[in-house]
Amino acid sequence: MRLYAAVLVRGFRRYATYRTATLAGVFTNTVFGFVIAYTYIALWRVRPHLGGYDLGQAVTFVWLGQAMLMTTALFGGFEAELIDRIRSGDVATDLYRPADLQLWWLARDIGRAGFHLLGRGVLPMAAGGLFFPLVWPASPGVWAAFLLAVALGVVISFALRYLVALAAFWLLDGTGIVLLASLAAIFFSGMLLPLTVFPGALGVLARALPWSALLQVPADVYLGRDTGARLASALGFQAVWAVVLLGAGRLVQSAATRRVVVQGG
Amino acid sequence: MGTQALIRFEDVEKVFQVRRKAGRLRRERHEVRAVDGISFEVPRGEMVGYIGPNGAGKSTSVKMLTGILMPSAGRVTVAGIDPSRERLRLARRIGVVFGQRTTLWWDLPLRDSYELVRRMYRVPDARYRANLDRCVELLDLADLLDVPVRQLSLGQRMRGDIAAALLPDPEVLYLDEPTIGLDVISKAKVRDFLREVNAEHGTTVLLTTHDLTDIEQLCRRVMVIDHGRLVYDGGLAGLHAIGDSERVLVVDFDRELPPVEVDGVRSVRVEGPRQWLRFPASASAAPLVARLAARYPLVDLSVREPAIEDVIGRMCAGSQGL
Ligand SMILES: Nc1ncnc2c1ncn2[C@@H]1O[C@H](COP(=O)(O)OP(=O)(O)OP(=O)(O)O)[C@@H](O)[C@H]1O
Ligand SMILES: [Mg+2]
Repeated sequence: MRLYAAVLVRGFRRYATYRTATLAGVFTNTVFGFVIAYTYIALWRVRPHLGGYDLGQAVTFVWLGQAMLMTTALFGGFEAELIDRIRSGDVATDLYRPADLQLWWLARDIGRAGFHLLGRGVLPMAAGGLFFPLVWPASPGVWAAFLLAVALGVVISFALRYLVALAAFWLLDGTGIVLLASLAAIFFSGMLLPLTVFPGALGVLARALPWSALLQVPADVYLGRDTGARLASALGFQAVWAVVLLGAGRLVQSAATRRVVVQGG
Repeated sequence: MGTQALIRFEDVEKVFQVRRKAGRLRRERHEVRAVDGISFEVPRGEMVGYIGPNGAGKSTSVKMLTGILMPSAGRVTVAGIDPSRERLRLARRIGVVFGQRTTLWWDLPLRDSYELVRRMYRVPDARYRANLDRCVELLDLADLLDVPVRQLSLGQRMRGDIAAALLPDPEVLYLDEPTIGLDVISKAKVRDFLREVNAEHGTTVLLTTHDLTDIEQLCRRVMVIDHGRLVYDGGLAGLHAIGDSERVLVVDFDRELPPVEVDGVRSVRVEGPRQWLRFPASASAAPLVARLAARYPLVDLSVREPAIEDVIGRMCAGSQGL
């Protein structure tokens, strides 16, 4: 376990060295925050209480999205590197080391997410708070529940992308599926519009898919919409997806390993 | 040998099924026999060369020794372990360097990758520090430890990878082209380092390379494989005998002479008082020299060994060469 803790620390540190890139990213998130916030304001003026959010909650949702965009890696992250290693065959060298491939990359990604939460999350949220009347959690308990929901979101995001990366063992070209996964993440996480806005079957489906754990669930926890039993079921929903997807990753990983070991990749 | 052998290959085969395009839609299956029935044993503490032309099956053999490839037939044993069955148990006892690949973390300084190696292999602190110091000194890494791996040159990265493989004190070290792309100075450093590791720690080393100087300087025993088969296993000297190569005796007389006529040598070139005489590599030079000295006014002489490349090239005739 100390190995993976060390990997996690280095995953964090790897990003911490790029200060200018981080500042540029914060600037971009803030600009997008403004653009989308004004769009939401226009929309909510026409349709108050759209999706069950009042105006303040809707604008807060926007800034939460900007703050968590990088943390839950909606645009993707480590996959490109792992896919490269798979395609070049370098991944074989990962297999004779006494470390678990999935845990290794998970630790790295949690380290990265930790950095992005601080480096790319706090400042845009603060900027949003300066210019818009944002909703702030009422109690430390809500903050704690929110952080837990974010952590679970990070794990689910990792588990989904790990599956996507492992597809490179079978597909000749991984770019298509990476793009598809990224689009799915942006739409089904609630990044474009809160999932509560979608009516009927689409809404039900969107809220049941694992991507909703990347933004929709943490945002509702933050906004205090989920308390008590609803909070427990929201976190439970995330935990179940995390376990299922990590488990699927392990199965696919052992199939991929078998393929490499028996057939030579 | 018996129990002494640390590495054992018994009639090992590796057959790859490959599908090739044959026409527009049709795909043809065919087999590549990358390793085609190889047997050998390497006792603990030995340093052996594993050489052969491109595509001979060297890397495939090394992969089976690490457990990342399962043999199609036959049996591989390393330190009493079947590598592909118990890959992770074996992993703690072997070091591997694939010259073409890196195990280092691309974005981080070398030092960080080494820290992770220490944790991964649970190297005790004192041991780790001693090993790191030794690697840093012998492989000249002092200025590189804090440089991100992606900024290292090929030769620097390779030295970094070799150090990473040796930090956990492996019993066995497999090196697949560890000097590929290195300059003369780096090559010399790597060779000195490997010699020292082998001598001091008794680390068993299996070395694959296309640079036969590596082999000549490091290995007393060499295995030559070609088309997946072992075509030679023995000392470097014996390689010459098998390849029926010739050595050259360069002699200086005190004056210009016609080509010498002595049993067992052939004069192939005359340049003033100097002559080049060929004789079988397996023959001893001393009696020849005695015979020459008895009949000719000999002033000076030297013996030139045949280039090992030539020998192996002849042995693997038909392949692309080394
Ligand atoms: N995964 C694979 N699938 C199909 N064929 C393979 C695979 N790996 C190796 N081969 C084939 O097996 C043969 C032996 O390859 P190998 O890499 O062992 O050669 P090598 O001796 O290391 O050559 P080189 O000196 O070029 O590194 C080659 O014909 C190669 O094309
Ligand atoms: Mg090779």
